[in-house]
Amino acid sequence: MQRNPQLNANGELQHLLSIEGLPRELLLQILDTAESFVGVTEREVKKVPLLRGKSVFNLFFEPSTRTRTTFEIAAKRLSADVINLNIALSSQSKGESLLDTVANLSAMHADIFVVRHNSSGAPFLIARHVKPHEHVVNAGDGRHAHPTQGLLDLFTIRHYKKDFTRLTVAIVGDVLHSRVARSLIHGLTTLGAPEVRVIGPQTLLPAGVESLGVRVFHDMRSGLKDCDVVVMLRLQNERMRGALLPSAQEFFKNYGLTLDKLSVAKPEAIVMHPGPMNRGVEIDSSVADGPHSVILPQVTFGIAVRMAVMSIVAGN
Amino acid sequence: MNLHIKGGRVIDPASGRDAVGDVFISDGKMVEALKGNAEKTIDARGLVVCPGFIDLAARLREPGGEYKATLESEMDAAVSGGVTSLACPPDTDPPLDEPGLVDMLRRRAKALARARVYPVGALTLKLKGENLTEMSLLAEAGCVAFSQANVPLADNQVLWRALQYAATFGFPVWLHAEDASLARGGVAHDGEVATRLGLPGIPPFAETIAICVILELVRATRARVHLCRLSTAGGVELVRAAKREGLPVSCDVGIHHVHLSDMDLGYFDSNCRLVPPLRSQRDRDALARGLAEGVVDCACSDHTPVDEDGKHLPFAEAEPGATGLELLLPLTLKWGAAAKLPLAVTLARITSDPARILGVASGRLAPGAPGDVAVFDPAAALRVVPEALNSQGKNTPFIGYELAGRVRYTVVAGNVVYEG
Repeated sequence: MQRNPQLNANGELQHLLSIEGLPRELLLQILDTAESFVGVTEREVKKVPLLRGKSVFNLFFEPSTRTRTTFEIAAKRLSADVINLNIALSSQSKGESLLDTVANLSAMHADIFVVRHNSSGAPFLIARHVKPHEHVVNAGDGRHAHPTQGLLDLFTIRHYKKDFTRLTVAIVGDVLHSRVARSLIHGLTTLGAPEVRVIGPQTLLPAGVESLGVRVFHDMRSGLKDCDVVVMLRLQNERMRGALLPSAQEFFKNYGLTLDKLSVAKPEAIVMHPGPMNRGVEIDSSVADGPHSVILPQVTFGIAVRMAVMSIVAGN
Repeated sequence: MNLHIKGGRVIDPASGRDAVGDVFISDGKMVEALKGNAEKTIDARGLVVCPGFIDLAARLREPGGEYKATLESEMDAAVSGGVTSLACPPDTDPPLDEPGLVDMLRRRAKALARARVYPVGALTLKLKGENLTEMSLLAEAGCVAFSQANVPLADNQVLWRALQYAATFGFPVWLHAEDASLARGGVAHDGEVATRLGLPGIPPFAETIAICVILELVRATRARVHLCRLSTAGGVELVRAAKREGLPVSCDVGIHHVHLSDMDLGYFDSNCRLVPPLRSQRDRDALARGLAEGVVDCACSDHTPVDEDGKHLPFAEAEPGATGLELLLPLTLKWGAAAKLPLAVTLARITSDPARILGVASGRLAPGAPGDVAVFDPAAALRVVPEALNSQGKNTPFIGYELAGRVRYTVVAGNVVYEG
């Protein structure tokens, strides 16, 4: 087995590709650094000079608004120059290979590549081919990982619940296709959460998901019972094709989060969602906008977490 | 031409011979003793002398894939790996579905005068799974069997008809058992590793269900079917039962699959992107055991040269396949040593056993057999680095491995075609 490709010879974070395999201390370092940036984003002058003179290339091979924007804001608040490339519309459609695209951008002196790609593992391929001073941050690859989302979820949970070692966390819905779920599960198990649950129909749970260290529930109420944290996953419309689900209505009936279903969780439970939400499909508006919801603070924390990640990798 | 191979450890799996001695070839055939003097003598002291290896699946990439490999490069790879006969699957571009193409391939191969090439004809036109090919004419042109290669045949009625037709003339049919709809979209074994890496999975029952269908059609048609590249423990058990029942079936395994499992994908190593996918360790162990027991008849390299561009892609998009001709011997030796088999049994799986399936007289050292011999040093180290490979394909999960077993001489029809 090769060395974990995201760590340098000193065990420091060279790239952020996946939460899996990162030691607890490193995760805590990122969360603590993010904590220090929360203050920055609330100041009148929202900039620190940590990445002044550095170039951050946002390489999005798959459309995204929210993640790309938060990365852009995070990089700008660190005083970096940000270049947004919507690859889906340019070179890839002209047949240029992934590595050629990266090599060309590298020739334009990039420091950090923020990469989103629809194929699992693409950022690993890029990380293997960039120059030693360049850093790759995975902004979501296929079904595999979305580590900055996972980290901002961890940050949010820590913010509201302080201690991971007593928590019961339920992740609900389309785990099969979710990179968010995989990243969060690895983060929670690394930080010592004693019970992580996944809830969904068999068609939306990947083979052998228990091996990630989770308990499987097919019934929403039993799965939500006494939970401290409920994470709802986005359900894409295309799941209705390919015989995974009969309809959005039926999914909502079984797995949509309503105040009634949420009542079996702990009274002070928090509800999270990586966005964008499908109201009335996986979550009812009364929950999304209700007192348990921390969905908007997640977005705010996401900027601080991405600032932390970029400043840490750039410093190594 | 008289050739004398002198003083080696002579192993002939077909006869059970395993003793230090001499091997003689005259006029391209094995003989008991030479009449007259040897024109060439090979000093084989300290080396193993055995029948040349027979590989049931080696892609030469001609026609249509010359940027990945050429007949020259791959025939060099074959003989440097001790492979003296190979069957090539029909998934070229265009596929081997008409006699002219087969004829041209055989002429080109013959002109190179290295390994013997046995083309496997397409079972259906363009491998589309709709219409039958001209099997009799293709057989006349030199096809030894008919196959869909890895291209799925989704229509069971076409499969049924194809087996009926092939059975009529006694043509063997070689099938890769994978249910097309269950495998659709998948790129890795549907298990813990695929779940962790977020790769779409192919469940093991994509193979076992396909085998069940094929076996039912064999019962109905009595067609002679060879199942290519088993990958699951369940598949091995189905073949075991079918053989016990007396059905005319045989099977092989790709040599990668007796050594590797999905764990070897590591961090998305596209060299491990293979068809069928590398499966669980339990499956791998069952394949290795099945091969030792003979339920799995033989091992093959499933040689598939892929160029760098085809592998420098995210795992799911990478072109499947691995180079293998030059690693067939060392990897078979490694398997045999782990299974604690006598060398003669180990070597049977790449000599006499595949010869039986191919229906050829080679694969043994008996007088009268074709003069195809491999002479190798079982202990010599082979470090697998791209520069060490003659094949144009440098793609293998074994890059960086240190293996044992190096071919020193390869003889085809009494001619020394490789010396290393």
